[in-house]
This record gives sequence, structure tokens and C-alpha cells, in this order.
Amino acid sequence: MSDLLRRYGLPLTTLICILVVFWLLVLVILPNLYLFENSFRPYLPVVEMGGPKDVYTLKNYMTFVRSPIHITVFVSTILYSCVVTVICFLIAYPLAYYLAKKVSVRSLPTLFLILTIPLWVSEIMRSFAWFIILSLRGPLNFLLINLDIIERPIRWMTGFRSVIIGLVYTYVLFMLFPVYNAIQSLDTNQIEAAEDLGAPWWRIHWRVVLPHAKPGIASGSVMVFMLSAGSILVPTLLASTNSRWFTEIIQQWMFESLDWNTGSAYAFLLLILCTVFVTVVMKIFRVKLSDIAK
Amino acid sequence: MTQKSDWLFRLYLWLFLAYMLLPLVIMGGAAFNDSRFPSVYPWQGFTWTWFIELWNDARLLNAFRNTIFVAVAVVALSVPIGTAAAILLNSVAGVARTALYGMMVAPILIPGAVIGISTLLFWNTVSVAPGLHLSVLGQVSYISAFVMLLVLARLQSFDRSLEEAALDLGASHAQVVRRILLPHLYPALGAGAAIAFFQSIENFNVTLFTRGPYDTLTVYVFSKVRSGITPTINALAVILIAVTIIAIILVELRRRRAERTSIRTAAVTQT
Amino acid sequence: MSASVELQDVCADFGGFRAVDHVSVDIQAGEFFSFLGPSGCGKTTILRMVSGFISPTKGVVRIGGRDMRDQRPNQRPTALIFQNLALFPLMPVWENIAFGLEVRGIDRKARRKRAEELLALVDLPNAADKSVGQLSGGQRQRVAIARALAVEPSVMLLDEPLSALDLKLRQHMRTELRTIQKRTQVTFIYITHDQGEALAMSDRVAVMSHGRLQQAAPPRAIYENPANGFVASFVGENNIFSGRLAERNGTHGTFVSDDGAFHGRLGPGDLSDPKLYVRPEHVRLTKAATDHNSLPVQVTDIAFEGNFISIHTQDKAGRIIVSEARNDGSSAVPARGEQMFAIFDRDRAMILSDEARADQAA
Repeated sequence: MSDLLRRYGLPLTTLICILVVFWLLVLVILPNLYLFENSFRPYLPVVEMGGPKDVYTLKNYMTFVRSPIHITVFVSTILYSCVVTVICFLIAYPLAYYLAKKVSVRSLPTLFLILTIPLWVSEIMRSFAWFIILSLRGPLNFLLINLDIIERPIRWMTGFRSVIIGLVYTYVLFMLFPVYNAIQSLDTNQIEAAEDLGAPWWRIHWRVVLPHAKPGIASGSVMVFMLSAGSILVPTLLASTNSRWFTEIIQQWMFESLDWNTGSAYAFLLLILCTVFVTVVMKIFRVKLSDIAK
Repeated sequence: MTQKSDWLFRLYLWLFLAYMLLPLVIMGGAAFNDSRFPSVYPWQGFTWTWFIELWNDARLLNAFRNTIFVAVAVVALSVPIGTAAAILLNSVAGVARTALYGMMVAPILIPGAVIGISTLLFWNTVSVAPGLHLSVLGQVSYISAFVMLLVLARLQSFDRSLEEAALDLGASHAQVVRRILLPHLYPALGAGAAIAFFQSIENFNVTLFTRGPYDTLTVYVFSKVRSGITPTINALAVILIAVTIIAIILVELRRRRAERTSIRTAAVTQT
Repeated sequence: MSASVELQDVCADFGGFRAVDHVSVDIQAGEFFSFLGPSGCGKTTILRMVSGFISPTKGVVRIGGRDMRDQRPNQRPTALIFQNLALFPLMPVWENIAFGLEVRGIDRKARRKRAEELLALVDLPNAADKSVGQLSGGQRQRVAIARALAVEPSVMLLDEPLSALDLKLRQHMRTELRTIQKRTQVTFIYITHDQGEALAMSDRVAVMSHGRLQQAAPPRAIYENPANGFVASFVGENNIFSGRLAERNGTHGTFVSDDGAFHGRLGPGDLSDPKLYVRPEHVRLTKAATDHNSLPVQVTDIAFEGNFISIHTQDKAGRIIVSEARNDGSSAVPARGEQMFAIFDRDRAMILSDEARADQAA
């Protein structure tokens, strides 16, 4: 702090501090505290607010605990977000390795530019594209029937498979880029040294490339999981009645029941879920937060 | 190993590119299909209908204006905040740094829905009604973290003795910032502004909960999708993708030109 | 176990650029052989062809008499020590060393035992469980050597492994490397641009320039009988005279330059465009002239270098002639401005083909 004063003087230091305090306190910490606080208060008509019934209660959380449906939805959201994360990793890792270690440096910028096109197209458009592709009389069924792979159209949008397909497509790049960055920073000599010592390709990956890529994998996993579990667009477009996502229930509380207190309790559960996931990933991969946020 | 697997890798790359781009092509194609339901099959004939319908949609224009307004406001707030945060972070060390850093990157790891709801609740308690201003604040809370990370990375390559030299030569604090620090940070600030702008346009989750009665592009498309899907959405997507691709081509051409000139200057200096 | 390495008319092209140009050399089993040359001379490419990371465009690499054409790096009996060592930072020291054994399916206990033996061999006991980051530069060097030795290679390939170390440590590691090589009897192929390293450690040195082999010989022969001007001036210092060869007389000849006529020993090969090379330590400064190879000069500068004194003089034509005298008190040091004669023995003056031509040809 004294260093800041010496370099930038009092007025600028004050400005810097005000900006940071505004951000962290007003935009981040206080809203989350209010979320937390509200989740313990009952949903009341306006006239009764601040009245005798306005006391702290676990009622909102009990609503969740007492609803097997909500618990099922919560658990399947976790489960299928994990599935999405794993699939994204399996798809992204070979490509990240190829881009980082094999592709010529000259063609890389162009490749990355092409790869980022879907990122510039908003998420809703990307899930909408799959809505078209996967529809009963859509191009995918048409193609498969004409290739004689299937005989009659498959109903894709049932269960969680269409959600998984949509989430993987939407978020796989969030796995690709961190893993690419991590592998790219690996000294190619390390790979050659392992090869020179007689290691076959799978062992080179297992002992040298994968351990080095750990921070990138952790970072990608956290991003993909968080985005998937918190996704609203993809499940809304691609889910069916038998595959509901936790965010849809939050939306119900907020927009249909207009019960913001139970809504905040559910949102808080989602926040806890993501925090736990980040912590678990950091433990498993033995990485720090600064390794993840790159 | 190299020869055979290289071939496999290349095939994989092409498959992946197709996987990334084909859905967009299909979606774009549906915008020109004369069918009430967005699809490329069966093909009912070419039409501009959906673009015309899109053009006549007043709500869309309004949503577009709102989106740009929010994005500009987000850039105007998150770039100074992110920069200030990076500078502050860079001048503290030890436990304080770890704690500050943790708090600053946390918003990236919070689901958008949670940010949206918490922002809504907090400002509701202090009697601020929901609306686009809340969407701006909610978006700034996590987009600032992206700017902070970009600026922080740039600051790592900053030689702090330059500031000391300038101070030693009698420069004022404001001059040090304006002449030494900011010019070094410009690339990061530019990148930060661009990312903030596009993140804001992209944003749906935060906006959905904080927008009040107002529309942004993503929310508008979302409501369209819910109320009954027509290929106007595809038409909108085609326009957005076209803009993106043109921008990308421009960037790529500029990069190639820059590359060529640098090669030429290198050749000239060598001879 | 050690094996011979034979390069037979090897070329390597990158795009249109020929990095290695028709190099043939026979390296004996158990030999310490160095490739010496400036950066870009093709020496690293040669090493990578022996290790198998690059295939020669033309020619054959044989190890132990076997053609290596279809052998991948992990199938060759070679072990490479990288310039930056390429130790695996996420494995402890012993796992680094035992990696090659792990790959070969040797069980953990035996691996650990072998790693500790190798650590003892490179004088690093008790380092097994340290992380690579905890080691000093010299210690890392030894771990890299131990890791390479663990797979019992017949040929060790070393790519300027000492270049990252500071001067004192570098000199110490020279002796160390030499000792390890003698102890293990493995063929060492060593790449360096540092002539001191190459001369001090090697049984034979190959001097490279622009992808071409200029000369391969024992260190002493390289220094005393360089094959051409490039070798003479890359290895050691020289006073170089331009002129022409006026007369041949068996092994010797008369060389005429602007500074006068000198007698010198004739180098090998084509001498149609020769220069005269005299090393500074072979130039003596005397008060009296001798009957040949004696040039009147004036002392212009005296530089004290520690174990020797370097005296700069100038002749009538304005040429600077450098003489080095050992700082052992045996010879009187002249004063600046003094008129002297620079004399040198006819056996110590070499008439060699021009260095510039050697470059051009390559």
C-alpha cells in the first residue's frame, strides 16, 4: 500500500482503492451476503415484511430437502455436468496436444481464429443450432436414414442426451483453450527426452504431458462444470419434460412463483455446489486458484 | 510414430472444425428455407421472408439498442475497475495478495444465475428497481475479473524501475501513470475492452434476472424461442455470424499484412 | 557397452536450406568425440540425426555397424542430454533417473536401487527424493547424466550441456564429464561452440562450418595442424597475413605479403588462394633481427591478462601484430613505443587455404 502511495500519489491511490472497494464490496460481497440472508427469510406479502412473521428460518431449504423431485433434479444436474466435463476433456485433449506441439506455428493464428467463430456467436444461437439438428425431422435423422444407419427417425430430445450434446458443443472450447495453453508451455525437449529414454507414446502422455497440463485441465474442468451446471439456455431449448435442469427450478421460483426467498435459497445451493466443485478439483489436481484462473 | 499419427491428428482437427462450424451452417441455411419451422430439410425453396420479417420487428431494434447501451456501459465501468484491481494486486504481497486475488477471481467461478439473483436482491433491498442498470452492475461484477487478469498479465512484463526513473526525473504521479504505465498497458486495455464488450453482448444469465421489463438481444431471442419458433431467429443468427466472419477476415488480413511487412523489414535489415 | 557411430555421406535439408552437407565421419566405440563450430554450423542437426529425431535427407547413420534408418529415437541405443537438460520437473530426482527403467517395465524397488547407484556414480548421494527445482545447476547436470546412463546407452549424445553453467562450474564439470566417460567407457558425442571444452575433453574433435566438416582430428592436431584457415582462426587466435605463395619447397614455402616475405609450413589441400597464420604465442619480440621471418615493429599497447601478457605492435604497413608472452618473468616486457623485431619460427607459421574460401565453398 505504501508502495502504491509512493508511486502514484494520494489522489490516484484513493481512486484505485475506491474502484476496487466498489467492485468487491458493492458488486460482489454485499449482493452475495444479501442472497445468503434472504435465503433464510420467509416469503411474505409486502405488508407483512418486517412484521412478526419476518424471522430467520430454514423453511426455504426444507422445501428443497422435502422435495424428492428437486433433489433428483439437483443430483442429475451435478451428474450430467460431470459427464459433460469429462466428454469435453476427452474431445479437447488430443486436439490441444496437436495444436500445441504438432501444428506449424504459421497456421496457428488462422486456426484459432476459425475455432473462435462459435464463441462469437452467442450461446443461445449455438444451442438453437442443435435444436434444429436434433429435431425429429431434422438433418441428423435425415442423414442417418440416408446412410442406412437407422431405419426410422430417432427422438433425440428425450432424456439428458440432447442436453449433454448441446452443453458439450457449447462449452468444449472452454476446455480446449486452457489445456492448449498448458501443453503449449511444456518444453518440447521434455517430450523428446522421454521418447529418447524409450517411452511409448501413451507413457509420454501419462507421465510427462498430462501431469504438466494439470493446471489447464483443472481450469477447463471448473469452467465447463460451472457453465454447464449454471446453464439456462441449453436446457431450456434442448431438454424434455423428463430431463429438467436445476436452473429451471430456480427460474420457476423467481418468475412463476415470484418467491425470491426460496429462489435465493436454491441459487445459494447452486453457488455452494460450484464452490465445492472448485475445491474438490483444486484438491484432486493439487493446484492453486491462481493456476485455475488463467 | 510421427508420420502415421500426424495423419490421424489432421483428420481429427478437420472433424473438429466441421463439428464446430457445421451446426452454424445448418442454422444459417434454415434462415433461407421457406418453411414455417426452422429446418434445412425438407427444403421448401429459397426465401428472404424471414429477413424481411426480422426487419419489421420493432422489438428487435429496441433490444439491439439496449444491448449496445449495456455493453458500452459495462466497458466503461469494468475496464477502469479491472485496471485498478490489477494495479492494486500488483503492489501487495503475501497473504493479502492471495486473499485479494481469490476475491477478485471468484466472480468468474460464480454461475451467472447466482450473480443475477444476488444483484437483484441487493439492489431491491436498497429500493433500486430492476432494469438495465442492474444488468450493467451484475455483468461488471464478473467481467471486471477478466479485465483484471488481462491487465495483471501485462503488468508482469512491466519494468517497475521505469516508474522510478520517471519519478526520479521529476515527473508527477499523474504523469507517471499517463506517460509510463498506461502506454505499457494499452494492449491489455484494448483486449480487455473488446472482451468486456463481447461478454456483455453474449450475456444471458445475469441479464435475465436483472433486466426488469427491458429486452436485450439474447433475452429477446430467448423469448422468441419460448413463444414459438420461427426462422426469423435464424435470420438474426445469419446476420450476427456474417458480421463476426467479416470482422475475423479483417483481423486476419491485417495480421497477414503485418506479418509480411515484418518479414520484409527483416529481409531489408539483413542485406 | 559402447558402440561405434558412423556417418556416411550424410546430408540434412530444411526446406531449401542445407544444414548438413555431405558429412562423413567414423567415431570409434568408447571415444569422446566433439563436434565444434559456431551456431548454425549443423552440429546440433548431426546430433539429432544420430538420436533419431531427424532423418537424414541423404546418407546413412550406423550405430555399432547397424543401419539406423528405420529406428525411432526410443529404439536406438543412444541417450541424449539436452542443452536445457529437459529434466521432468514434476518428478523427484530418482524418478527422473529411473524413468527409462520404468519404461522398460523394471519393478519399483530395482529402479530405486539403480537410481541410487547412479546418483553415487555422479557424486550426488542423498539427492534421490529431492525435487529438480531444489538442485543447483551443476547438480541438475549430474542428474541429467545419471538419467541418460540409466538406460545403459552405447552412445551418449550431449548438446552443449554446460552452456548454462557459470565459468568455474563449467571448468569443473569438464573434468567430471571426462571422468564419467572413462569410468563408463560409453561413446560420448559432444556438441559445443566452446573450443576450450572441445580441446580439453575430447579424444577427437570435428570442426564444422556451414554444414561441412572442416577437419576431424585429435585436439592437439587441430590446434597445431589446422586443415584450413577456418579451423585455424576458429580454434585459437592468429595474426593473419594476406599475400601469395611465391615458392614451394617440400613441406615449406615462401609467402609474400605487403609486410615482407616469410617462410612457413604448407597446409594441406588446394593453396591457390592462401593466407599466412601465426599464433600470438609463437611471435617473439627481440631487439635484434634474424635472417628470416623478422619484421620491424613498434610496440603500441601492452595488455596484462593474468597468466600471460599480450603485446600489440604495428609494422610499417600499419598492420597490428599481436604477441603473447608468458607471465613467468622469463622474458623482459618491452615499453610502449619501443622499436622491436617480431620474429617467428618457420615451422610455427602456417600457409593455409583462405578461411573465407572455406566458407564460400560450404
